[in-house]
Amino acid sequence: MLEIKNLHVRVGGKEILRGIDLAVNNGELHAIMGPNGSGKSTLARAIAGHPDYEVTAGSISYGGRNLLEMSPEDRARDGVFMAFQYPVEIPGVNNAYFLKAAVNAVRKHRGQAELDAMEFMSYVREKAKILELDPSLLNRPVNEGFSGGEKKRNEIFQMAVLEPALAVLDETDSGLDIDALKIVAHGVNAMRSPTRATIVVTHYQRLLNYIVPDFVHVLLDGRIVRSGRKELALQLEEKGYGWLEAEPQLM
Amino acid sequence: MPTSTDTIEELATREYKYGFVTDVEAEELPPGLNEDIVRRISAKKHEPEWLLEWRLKAFRVWQTMKEPAWQNVHYKPIDYQKIIYYSAPKQKPSLKSMDEVDPEVRKTFEKLGIPLEEQKLFSGVAVDAVFDSVSVATTFKARLAEVGIIFCSFSEAVHNHPDLVKRYLGSVVPYSDNFFAALNSAVFSDGSFAYIPKGVRCPMELSTYFRINAKGSGQFERTLIVAEAGAYVSYLEGCTAPMRDEHQLHAAVVELVALDDATIKYSTIQNWYPGDAEGKGGIYNFVTKRGACIGVNSKITWTQVETGSAITWKYPSCILQGDNSIGEFYSVATTNNRQQADTGTKMIHLGKNTKSTIVSKGISAGHGQNTYRGQVRIAKNATGARNYSQCDSLLIGDKCGAHTFPYLEIKNTTARVEHEASTSKIDEDQIFYCRQRGLSAEDAVNMIVSGFCKDVFRELPMEFAVEAQKLLSVSLEGSVG
Repeated sequence: MLEIKNLHVRVGGKEILRGIDLAVNNGELHAIMGPNGSGKSTLARAIAGHPDYEVTAGSISYGGRNLLEMSPEDRARDGVFMAFQYPVEIPGVNNAYFLKAAVNAVRKHRGQAELDAMEFMSYVREKAKILELDPSLLNRPVNEGFSGGEKKRNEIFQMAVLEPALAVLDETDSGLDIDALKIVAHGVNAMRSPTRATIVVTHYQRLLNYIVPDFVHVLLDGRIVRSGRKELALQLEEKGYGWLEAEPQLM
Repeated sequence: MPTSTDTIEELATREYKYGFVTDVEAEELPPGLNEDIVRRISAKKHEPEWLLEWRLKAFRVWQTMKEPAWQNVHYKPIDYQKIIYYSAPKQKPSLKSMDEVDPEVRKTFEKLGIPLEEQKLFSGVAVDAVFDSVSVATTFKARLAEVGIIFCSFSEAVHNHPDLVKRYLGSVVPYSDNFFAALNSAVFSDGSFAYIPKGVRCPMELSTYFRINAKGSGQFERTLIVAEAGAYVSYLEGCTAPMRDEHQLHAAVVELVALDDATIKYSTIQNWYPGDAEGKGGIYNFVTKRGACIGVNSKITWTQVETGSAITWKYPSCILQGDNSIGEFYSVATTNNRQQADTGTKMIHLGKNTKSTIVSKGISAGHGQNTYRGQVRIAKNATGARNYSQCDSLLIGDKCGAHTFPYLEIKNTTARVEHEASTSKIDEDQIFYCRQRGLSAEDAVNMIVSGFCKDVFRELPMEFAVEAQKLLSVSLEGSVG
C-alpha cells in the first residue's frame, strides 16, 4: 500500500526528516511515536503533500504510484486522508456543504456520479450515527467555534465520510479529555478494515490503549530508531523516550 | 516546489469574458464638454425646456466644482474635454417592436446572457437594456402596465410622464450634490425609470443592463425609482464593457424614493472591465446612489457586488426621514490586480426609531486596494435610532491592502450604534486543508471567499446570487494557485 524509502524532508530550510523507511500494508495500523520535534507531524504532512514540506531525497510509493509527483488534491482523491492536528476554520462555509464538495471531488475523480444534496444528506446522517456524532455539527461553519474535542471529532467524521484507503491521523489525541478520546478511538476502530491502511501519529501511549496498533515505530531526530509490536508502546510509557536516546544502536 | 506565497499569487488572472466590441454604426457628438454639447444632448432627445434649463444649471455648477480628492484611490487626472458625452447606435427613432433593435446590438445582449425577446428571458425579470448613451429595449412593459407599473427608459419617462420626472428628478441627489453628480446632471443621456403605484407589489424583478461599447465615450445614466405608499419593488442592475487600453468614465446617478410603508430593494452586480493585470485600461466608476425613505415604515435595501472597474467610487446611501424607516447596505467589493475601490455607505437618521444595517465585505487580491468608507449620522431629533455596522476585510496574498474609515456623528443620546470590524487573510493552511479533502486550490479559494460573503449573497435575488458567486470566482481567478 504505502512504501516510504530513505525520505528526507526539509521545512523552512531545516532538515527535519533524515532518512525514513516505512512500509504499511492494507489492513495494518501503524503508530508513529516520538518526542516533540522528532518529525512525526512532518512525516504526516509530507505524505499529504503540504507545499511547505520539501522532499529533498527518497521516495514514497502509494499503491504502486509515485505519491511525490501528485498534487495534494490528487492524493486526497486517490484515497489519502490526513486528520489534522490543528483543524482549520473556514468561516461562513457550512460543514455539510464543504463535505459534499469533498465527497463529490473524490467521486468525480473515480468516475462515479456526484451525489445530490438529498443523497448526500442521507449518506452523512448514517455516518454521523455510526460515530455517535451530533448531527447539528453538520449545519455549522467548518470548525468555526468548535471546541477542541469537536474539531477532532469532525476530522474523524470527515474521514468516515470520505472512506480513505490510507488514513494518517496527526496527533488526533492532543487536547482531548478522556471521553472525547474514547469517541475518537471508537471512530477509528470502526473504520479499521482489511482494505484500509492507517497511520496514527501520537506523542502519548494513552491513545494506544484504545486504538491498538499492529506496529509501533519510534521517531527520534528525523529517523525511525526502533520498530516493534504494540508492546513497544508500553515500554516507552514505562521508560520514556530517553531510554532510546541512550541506546540508539539497539535497532 | 512552490512556496505558500507563490501558490497564493498564481491564482489571479483570467480573461475578462465580456471584453468584446460590437461593430455598430454610432451617432456621436464630438468629444468635449461645453454648454453647446449640453444643449445638443438635450436637443437630440427632444427634451422640454425645463429639463434643458436643469441641465444647464448643473453644468454651470459643475464648472465651479473641483474633482474630489479625499478618496483613497489614485489615478491620472481625467481630461473631461477628451470624453465623448453622447454615443448611440443608429436606429429608427422609435421602435415599434424588439425586432427593430439593431441585430448587432441584440446579439451583444444575447452574448451577455440578456436576450431581449421576452420569451427567452427569465420569466420573472423585466429588463431595460442600455447601450452606451441610450436605452435600446425594455421588456415586459405591457405586462407591468396592467398593474399600473411604469418601467421604461428615462428619455421615454421624460416625454410620457413629465410630471413624475419633474417632481422627483434631483429630489434625492440635487444637481449640485457633488462633482460627478453635477456632471451627470448636465450630460446624462438615458437610464431607467420605474414607478410603482400605491399598494402594488411588483410581480417581477425589474432590471437594467448597462453596456458601454463606443470607444472614448463615457456613460452617464440616471435611474429614478419611485415606490408609492405600500408598494414593493426589487430592482437589479448589471454592467459590462469591452476591454480597451484607455480608461473610460462611468458617472451615474441613482435616486430612490420610498413613501409610507414602501420597500425598495436595489441590487447591483457591477462587472465593468477592470483593466489588465498591469492596470492598463478599465472603467473609472464614479457613481452617486442615494435613497430617501420619505414615508413612515419605509425601507430601502442596497445590495452590491462590485467586482469590476479599475476604480470604484460609490456610497449608496439612505436618508431615513420617515419614522420607523429602515436602511440597509450589503456590499461585497473585490479588488484584484491593480483595481482600487473606495466604497461604503451613508446612513442619515432623521426620523424617530429609524434603523440601519451595514454589512461590508472587502476582498483584496493581487495589488488591489480596497477601502470601506461609511458614515452613520444620527440627527438631534432621531430618538431611538439604531445602527449596526460590520466591516470585514479579506486579504489574499501580501501585496494588496484593506482600509476602513467609519465615521460616526451622533447628536441624540438615545441612539444605539454598534460597529464591528475584522481583517483576515486566506492562508495557506486553509487552502491546504481544502486540498487535502480533494478540492482544487481554486475551488478552495472560491469556497473560502463565498463563505466570507455569505451574509451579502443571501440578500440578492435567487437567480442572481448564483451569478454573483460565479462572477466573484472569475474575478479572483489567478489570485491563488
